[in-house]
Amino acid sequence: MPDQHSQDEKTGALVSTDAPQFQVAAKNPKRIEKVAALTFFVSLVAFAGFGAAFWQNASNAMLGGTLGVGFLGFGAAMVIWGRYLTPRGPFEEERAMMATTREQHDEIVADFVVRGRVAFGRRGFLGAMLAASGAVFGIVALFPLVRSLGPLPKKSFYHTKWKRGSYVSTVDGRRLKASDLTEGSLATVFPENDLGGALSQTVLIRVQNGGSVVTMPGRETWGPEGYVAYSKVCTHAGCPVGLYEQLTKQLLCPCHQSLFEVTKGGIPIFGPAPRPLPQLPLYVDSSGYLRAQADYDEPIGPGFWERGGTA
Amino acid sequence: MIDRLFTWFDNRLAISRSGRHLLNKIFPDHWSFMIGEIALYSFIVLLATGVFLTLYFVPSGQDVVYHGIYAPFDGQTMSAAFKSTLDLSFSVRGGLLMRQMHHWSANIFVGSIVVHMLRVFFTGAFRRPRELNWFIGTTLMILAIVNGFLGYSIPDDLVSGTGIRIAYSILESIPFVGSYLATLLFGGVFPGNGSIIPRFFILHVLIVPLVIFGLLGAHLGLLVKHKHTQFKGNGAREDNVVGAPMWPTFMIKTTGFLFLTTAVTVLLGAFVQINPIWLYGPYIPFHVSYAVQPDWYMGWLDGALRVMPSWELHLPGHMIPNVFFPAVLLPGITFNVMMAWPWIEAAFTRDDREHHILDRPRDRPVRTAVGAAVLAFYFVLFGASATDVLANYLSVSLNVVLLSFRVLCVVVPLIVFPVTYKICTEMSHTKGAGKRKQYNIIVRGEDGGYSAVPTEAYAGYRHEVLEPIDVDSVDLSGVMGEPEPTGTAGVYQIPRDYR
Repeated sequence: MPDQHSQDEKTGALVSTDAPQFQVAAKNPKRIEKVAALTFFVSLVAFAGFGAAFWQNASNAMLGGTLGVGFLGFGAAMVIWGRYLTPRGPFEEERAMMATTREQHDEIVADFVVRGRVAFGRRGFLGAMLAASGAVFGIVALFPLVRSLGPLPKKSFYHTKWKRGSYVSTVDGRRLKASDLTEGSLATVFPENDLGGALSQTVLIRVQNGGSVVTMPGRETWGPEGYVAYSKVCTHAGCPVGLYEQLTKQLLCPCHQSLFEVTKGGIPIFGPAPRPLPQLPLYVDSSGYLRAQADYDEPIGPGFWERGGTA
Repeated sequence: MIDRLFTWFDNRLAISRSGRHLLNKIFPDHWSFMIGEIALYSFIVLLATGVFLTLYFVPSGQDVVYHGIYAPFDGQTMSAAFKSTLDLSFSVRGGLLMRQMHHWSANIFVGSIVVHMLRVFFTGAFRRPRELNWFIGTTLMILAIVNGFLGYSIPDDLVSGTGIRIAYSILESIPFVGSYLATLLFGGVFPGNGSIIPRFFILHVLIVPLVIFGLLGAHLGLLVKHKHTQFKGNGAREDNVVGAPMWPTFMIKTTGFLFLTTAVTVLLGAFVQINPIWLYGPYIPFHVSYAVQPDWYMGWLDGALRVMPSWELHLPGHMIPNVFFPAVLLPGITFNVMMAWPWIEAAFTRDDREHHILDRPRDRPVRTAVGAAVLAFYFVLFGASATDVLANYLSVSLNVVLLSFRVLCVVVPLIVFPVTYKICTEMSHTKGAGKRKQYNIIVRGEDGGYSAVPTEAYAGYRHEVLEPIDVDSVDLSGVMGEPEPTGTAGVYQIPRDYR
């Protein structure tokens, strides 16, 4: 126990090496040394093994196994060395409180103010010019420079590439006909000018074998021949709404488990999604192809500040 | 020779004058002080493995066609980033090991930072004069999480791409500026003009690590300036530090510890698969997979997104989207309260004194209970990030699992708080609680009587009786829920009937 200070007043060195704290911690240093040496030897062999494994382009497990054991032995030996073969202590060091005295405080404040007055006193105009120039640079940096990172959103959040007459196509560009899907099956579809598009992605479902699917009042013509189409971008956080439950006619988003009712206008019935999936109005043309009547009538995907509107 | 070399430097850097206190710096011996070291050393492992990865990784969203070793993707179109990650895993010698080490190390880095913060929090090490270092440390934790997410994102696989999509939606949800931030960062409306991978890359390998590096320097600089905190006992006082000196004891031990941390990371990288992107496939915006989960340190955020009810705020012509509340507001509140905690606590305790002796958590029941309750809340959110997996595993309806989690994240903290508080106060009341067990040997004396002789806790271990603290040196009054010290001669006893 360091009852008295264990630090030399004059040199700041720790107490003399004759002191009991300077005895090594181990009772039997010879044995510890042997253990540590053996551990180093294990690491030496393992490191060499790693070299061989790398040279031979061995498996990941061989590479990592040899390297890992190498580091393990190397580190363990050092910890043993540091733990048992160094002065056992404990040593003590003085600690001054951080708080300064009133005099020190006043002195530095006074120095700061007095010297500062020489440089800044009666230089109000210079200061104003510095601020003005800095402000101009700030504005320039913010607007043209940061602004050039990307385009402004403008109306890009409000539209997709679907438009009146767009053919309903698969990702490889095949136009779908009303006869292509069987009851209960679905396809991910795009307009032809945006195949694979992240925002145009739409899920096409044949919920019944024929007849018009009216998911909501006002959508009498949107679901011809048992087909409905919804935006595949979840209204919650934008994941693809990828799972269709045939039996219950529900779409599930696998990211945060929002559940949408396919036959009732895509309204969310479970989970965090706050708004229905926008529905794409379809029609079947005279050749039997599925086509869009128009773009979605509302912004697809998650909400944003300017979106406004109601749920 | 070495002495001449030293003299040369000494005459130019005055090491003899200024190096003394570094040589003598005392490190108190306590296992919990090593957690921060794990964080530091996993940062070193991250830098080393990360440099290796940059030699092979191609940070580009450009489409390329794959014709590599991994047959299932032959002929498939994918981003150059994903392809180079595949090549790193299959063709580059030692590449898979480095990739897996890097990913494991990132998880260990954030994990050890969090545990280190818990240690600092529950022992009150953030109190004056260390508030600034707590602030820097919290910032480091946030940066570690951010950089972890960036690194996880850049291979451009299906799971991380979905993560980027969600991040875009979160950015977009910020009132006033959201849509502008999103299009500026991504170079257009999602998925942007292909600049997100290179931008995330430069943030991940240069900008954020540089800030971490600088703040880490400040963190350690303040640690040297303030010197270590320490627990009571073993002669520790407010105005000293007791332990092992930097040279040689700590130096050797801590270097060994660096290699042990590395060893664990290498062994994990060798034997425990992590982020097998070839099983997920490249990111395709209209594909998604089941059980999409982020790395563990983002789990609470994912859980929050899931348990949030389907509410939005509609204003005339404007709206605040659903994801804003769990993914912007909640982390905002969390991190701000965390950073401000030293001042919040000081406002309640009116304790503005310097503290270098650590609290035992049980001695500060209110702080410990608050910490435990908040921690429990985030644990529940973390659990909620696995609702789908749990429903599947337990064969319970997803609805039941989700509704349970909505209830649990309110109820669990409300239970944890009083229980923790009670445990703390009970432990404070129990004589000898938390001390090492010492067995008694029953000895029969010459006269036939029996007596109990206490043994040492461990052979050769001298049990340090906690020294009575001078009441004047430690401020115990006014601390939240802290019983007033009573008794004489500086020994404080907590009255048995205190409630």
